[in-house]
Amino acid sequence: MSYLDARDMTGGYGKADILNSCTLTVDKGEIAVIVGPNGAGKSTAMKAVFGMLNLREGRVTLDGVDITALSPQDRVKKGMGFVPQVNNVFPTMSVEENLEMGAFIRDDDFKVAMEQVFTLFPILKDKRRQNAGELSGGQRQQVAVGRALMTQPKLLMLDEPTAGVSPIVMDELFDRIIEVARTGISILMVEQNARQALEIADKGYVLVQGENKYTDTGKALMADPEVRRTFLGG
Amino acid sequence: MDFLNALVAITNYVIIPATAYGAQLALGALGVTLVYSILRFSNFAHGDTMAFGTGVVILITWGFQAMGISFGPLPTALLALPFGIVITSALMLGTDKVVYQYYRKVKAAPVVMVMVSVGVMFIMNALTRFLIGVDQINFADGARFVINARQWREMTGMSEPLTLRSTQVITVVTAILVVWALFWFLGRTRTGKSMRAFSDNEDLALLSGIDPNRVVAVTWIITGALATIAGTLYGLDKSFKAFTYFQLLLPIFASAIVGGIGNPVGAIAGGFVISFSEVGLTYAWKKVVTYLIPNWEPDGLVQLLSTDYKYAVSFTILILVLIFKPTGLFKGKIV
Amino acid sequence: MSTARQADAAAGGRLRAPLFFALMAGLIVLEGMTSGWNSALGILNMGLLSAIMALGVNMQWGYAGLFNAGAMGFVALGGLAPVLISMPPTPGAFKAGGFGILAAFAVAAIAVIGAVWLYRTLRGKLRGLAVAAVLIVGFFTFRWLFDPAVDAIEAINPSAAGNLGGLGLPTLVSWPVGALLAAGAAWLVGKIALGLRSDYLAIATLGIAEIVVAVLKNEQWLDRGVLNVNGIPRPWPVPYEIDLQNSHAFVTKMQAWGIDPTLGSTITVKLAFLLLFVIVIFALIWLTEMSLRSPWGRMMRAIRDNEVSAAAMGKNVTRRHLQIFVLGSAVIGLAGAMMISLDGQMTPSSYNPLRYTFIVLVMVIVGGSGSNWGSILGGVLIWYVWVKAGDWGPDMMAILASPFPAGPFKEHMIDSAAHMRMLVMGIILLGVLRFSPRGLLPEK
Repeated sequence: MSYLDARDMTGGYGKADILNSCTLTVDKGEIAVIVGPNGAGKSTAMKAVFGMLNLREGRVTLDGVDITALSPQDRVKKGMGFVPQVNNVFPTMSVEENLEMGAFIRDDDFKVAMEQVFTLFPILKDKRRQNAGELSGGQRQQVAVGRALMTQPKLLMLDEPTAGVSPIVMDELFDRIIEVARTGISILMVEQNARQALEIADKGYVLVQGENKYTDTGKALMADPEVRRTFLGG
Repeated sequence: MDFLNALVAITNYVIIPATAYGAQLALGALGVTLVYSILRFSNFAHGDTMAFGTGVVILITWGFQAMGISFGPLPTALLALPFGIVITSALMLGTDKVVYQYYRKVKAAPVVMVMVSVGVMFIMNALTRFLIGVDQINFADGARFVINARQWREMTGMSEPLTLRSTQVITVVTAILVVWALFWFLGRTRTGKSMRAFSDNEDLALLSGIDPNRVVAVTWIITGALATIAGTLYGLDKSFKAFTYFQLLLPIFASAIVGGIGNPVGAIAGGFVISFSEVGLTYAWKKVVTYLIPNWEPDGLVQLLSTDYKYAVSFTILILVLIFKPTGLFKGKIV
Repeated sequence: MSTARQADAAAGGRLRAPLFFALMAGLIVLEGMTSGWNSALGILNMGLLSAIMALGVNMQWGYAGLFNAGAMGFVALGGLAPVLISMPPTPGAFKAGGFGILAAFAVAAIAVIGAVWLYRTLRGKLRGLAVAAVLIVGFFTFRWLFDPAVDAIEAINPSAAGNLGGLGLPTLVSWPVGALLAAGAAWLVGKIALGLRSDYLAIATLGIAEIVVAVLKNEQWLDRGVLNVNGIPRPWPVPYEIDLQNSHAFVTKMQAWGIDPTLGSTITVKLAFLLLFVIVIFALIWLTEMSLRSPWGRMMRAIRDNEVSAAAMGKNVTRRHLQIFVLGSAVIGLAGAMMISLDGQMTPSSYNPLRYTFIVLVMVIVGGSGSNWGSILGGVLIWYVWVKAGDWGPDMMAILASPFPAGPFKEHMIDSAAHMRMLVMGIILLGVLRFSPRGLLPEK
């Protein structure tokens, strides 16, 4: 069984289901990317994995442990980290304090984790005393990812981390995400920039109307003419 | 010499009283702004909370006085203050449990929360009056002056008197200590930082594992403490009267909004903006004018505004800020 | 099944209002039988005036969700109208200072308009300086004209007058004028505070109320300040007790009915007021119900129920809010003018925010936000409870205090009983908000 195994997830916010028997799995140190058209339920699938959505059917296991009934906070304690798409920093708090709040549930010393984040994102070390709300969009995303890494999660989930940043910043963010994955952390992310994301993905999921349409390695999906034509614009 | 006399007169009648009053308003506005940033509503019960806290302090002060306990040259009320804080904060926690908690659970609109705080205001109002009545009470004891007019004259030989009352010094010193402690708490401790995080971004705070119930409880405890301290200092400096404390709501809200509601630094700055404008505009400048412009005796008092209209000053500043800078001098929350 | 339940609820709803009004009438009749009809009619008349205030606050809170924390100010401003309209003019006052005061206000208006104009046309550093200069010069010119005029007016017969006096017009004319005064103040406040955070309006209205009352207390030339204005004429057709008692026809009629003529005269006066108030209430209800059913009213409710989507549909939410806020305040001002006519005197120091702002909010919430008949019921019922809580509080406290020995503690307990009504109001408000947020007569 994969490290994260979210199987046959079915559910939604109201009466109508948004997810229809959707399955997502991620192995250790693997980057999995969810792509698909608007309204395909990408972010919803992510929220379901993180416990922000009540599932009607299906179950989620992490490292073989069933976590379907756990709250998001408890899932954080089990080793999940989540970076929301928007409002993902504390704007009037310094970078350092943002990271500290990321480690709030940890009772031990978080200095090591903070140093690791600073090694990964050196710019944050320079700006550690500055308020997160005053940083540029790309730097803010780095703070958001750094905050989630402070719990030293085994699985990091990112909801469209490159939304609204320039192409250069996007490339840099993807490089950092690869680095994170190399340290053995599994990555599950939703991306609008499907091409670039699939290039770095070990595994790609194409969701359509809350269902798994195509599932393969990133390279294979990029090579699939059907996927290219329908979802990657030729 | 006349210039120095004018300076002394301004210090005596404007700067010293306005500094003390500004410190009291700042502490009151900090309480309002704290509730606003964590619980996200304007607390109309704050004035009556201040009255309640002060009422408790006065009762305990009387108790100490009856037992013959005093605080030397300092007012006995300072000894009673910690007890007043504990009782008021406990009442705040109880009120939250019985009243506010439910509305947080059902995610009530802020304006409904304001209406609920009006209900709490009625109850606090009644409790205060049951406790201590409606009369004006002076409860300051100990030394009255740090510098009195005679000492000043002997010290400097100036004809223009200057007095510094001990309650004014106590107000400012206490306010500095309290503000320092509050900022240390918010800026350095884990709980304080978690409160700021909760105020900044509630969803992300929850996601980070910050316990909302704990944040809210600590907020009420601090609010109770700030209200009691602000009310006691105001009462020592002037006098206690339950209705006056209700009326303080307007300058306190004005201070919080002028500074930028939800921003603690703004609340302090706002308190002094309001107090200096109020005292400056209602002071009769005749004396100062006579010193500064020789050979001219103005007919009137050279008072821009009668003291009866001091609340008009808070209101006008409030209106100007709403028109020109709705987020306040220091960027506060807008939504 | 759900339709059946709805039908049940509708039937209950149809019976609900008459039932509550019958209960209210029963309480008033009981008061009449136990404490006398003067007391009962007194409570009813003040209750109906409170109900009109509640109607106005309900328009703001119930229709639009606007929190007015300054109803007291609009009540007081409305109350100024009978003083300025229906009192006889003070001889010589206008000549002595009337023109000076008019000129002073003209200068103030010109200065403010000029400052606004400069602010809009100029740019850069010059703007601030120019605006400040115009305002400062304007202020001192204002004071230079205003102060001597005020002194001149206040010097005229200070023991009985010392104010401008009124226009000597019929009292009924002053009622709509009271509404207009309140509407004008509401327009100013609303123009500034609406469209910002929802509770800024509450704080701004709290401020304007304090200032209106401060003006009424301190501007002797206007309304004699804390010296009060007495003998404000009654509205047509309410008679004076003394005239009735001197009228042979009235006395014989009362004697024929076996009623003491003095008692009969006081009750006749109260009944005449009652009739006037009821006519006004019916007219207001008819107007509001009509407007609520019009497209304007539907839009109003659409905005209240979902401000965001209404704004998305291109409705100018702030503009509508301003309209409803001004209209509601006008109704509150009307009630203020009527109250001064009923009292026959203007006593600025009697305006208390708890009584005239916050209790009125309780009336609206208890009656049912958005429900006009609810406001009427809430107005009379809460006023009744307020008056009776003042009576029963000491009695209850006397029983509670009876086990304690006589001494300062017992005295303190009995003294503090007067504040029981605050506690009662707080508990009623919190209880209704929590357990029955739609009130006694919910909006349909």
